[in-house]
Amino acid sequence: MCETCGCNITSGNQSIAQQVIKGTTAVTVLKNLLAKNDDQAAHNRQHFDKYRLLAINLMSSPGSGKTALLEATIDALSDKYRIGVIEGDLETENDAIRIRAKGVPAYQITTGTACHLDAHMVHDALHHFPLDGLDLLFIENVGNLVCPASFNLGQHLNATLLSVTEGDDKPVKYPVVFRAANVVLVTKSDFLPVLEDFSVERAELNLRNLASIAPVIQLSARRNLGLQTWFDWLSNELAKQRARISKGESARSKTQSDDVRLSLRST
Amino acid sequence: MHELSVCQSLIDQVEQIALDHGSKCVASVSLKVGPLSGVEPTLLQHAYPYASAGTVAAESKLVIELAPLRVSCEVCGCETEAQLNWLVCGACGDCHTKLVSGDEMTLMRVELITLKDMNNV
Repeated sequence: MCETCGCNITSGNQSIAQQVIKGTTAVTVLKNLLAKNDDQAAHNRQHFDKYRLLAINLMSSPGSGKTALLEATIDALSDKYRIGVIEGDLETENDAIRIRAKGVPAYQITTGTACHLDAHMVHDALHHFPLDGLDLLFIENVGNLVCPASFNLGQHLNATLLSVTEGDDKPVKYPVVFRAANVVLVTKSDFLPVLEDFSVERAELNLRNLASIAPVIQLSARRNLGLQTWFDWLSNELAKQRARISKGESARSKTQSDDVRLSLRST
Repeated sequence: MHELSVCQSLIDQVEQIALDHGSKCVASVSLKVGPLSGVEPTLLQHAYPYASAGTVAAESKLVIELAPLRVSCEVCGCETEAQLNWLVCGACGDCHTKLVSGDEMTLMRVELITLKDMNNV
């Protein structure tokens, strides 16, 4: 018996119970619309913090090179760090198979028709995924520059990729996902010599106009260009996260929101 | 695309609030949505009837208040109006600004009707 699910209302007290509130009741809530997702995200982050790992959410358009970047990252850093990957796609295990081929644990979430990962999907994945001993956990979100930005997964940081084949005005067109980025990776930079329309400077200026001070790293995973800057960023962020954990703190990505307060007003 | 998921999450919250206050019927649900929230008010309105069908909120009205986009400059201290892809300080042009308002998607208020009121209708 409790006072939350209504099981304390019986046929004997029903008439009294349902007359407790007279008239119309206005409940002031001031809670994020995705409060349930945010609660689950906070729970996920507790798991990540317990294992002292750094969780990074990768967001981008489909085909911008998220999986290729992870392959190159694993090749370079798997001797130094233990890496795990959660993959999000509408269909297929293809990306997880590519990651596992590198000798790294990977779990594939297939979302069906859902255009983004949410905190509950990631939590379910964690049940199939040993976090013990991991240093870096990458969550490769569904390729989409819109919806993933609205759903916190419990990650500490967001990395948003922009491939040079997409156009340097993407931050102007999709401000929410670029504003959420802790680092912006301009990928496939080996194509820059033949793509005269794309200016890395213009892409960065468009990002700054979103009031973002996130570093912009230009790289090519396939041609091994600029990767060291990304690896240094990762090492640095992992060290910062470990320092925060040692002090009993954590990092929260920018898609996180807080409940303000809960109050009741009856009229 | 994800407005239906957002609406379903909203309805979950509204159902819980109705249950907590012993109400079986919701009159209205009021939200505050900013342009940088990543959700479109029009699409939320379209998704709402589908998400609320068969719930205590089935007959309720969804009221969406639009939050203004405002930034506060860390350099000059001014608070200015901003645009979706132009979030630098409107006074000095610096990019070191904090968003004051504009990324919220907040459930502000739920208006409930008690069973007693319904009997009087």
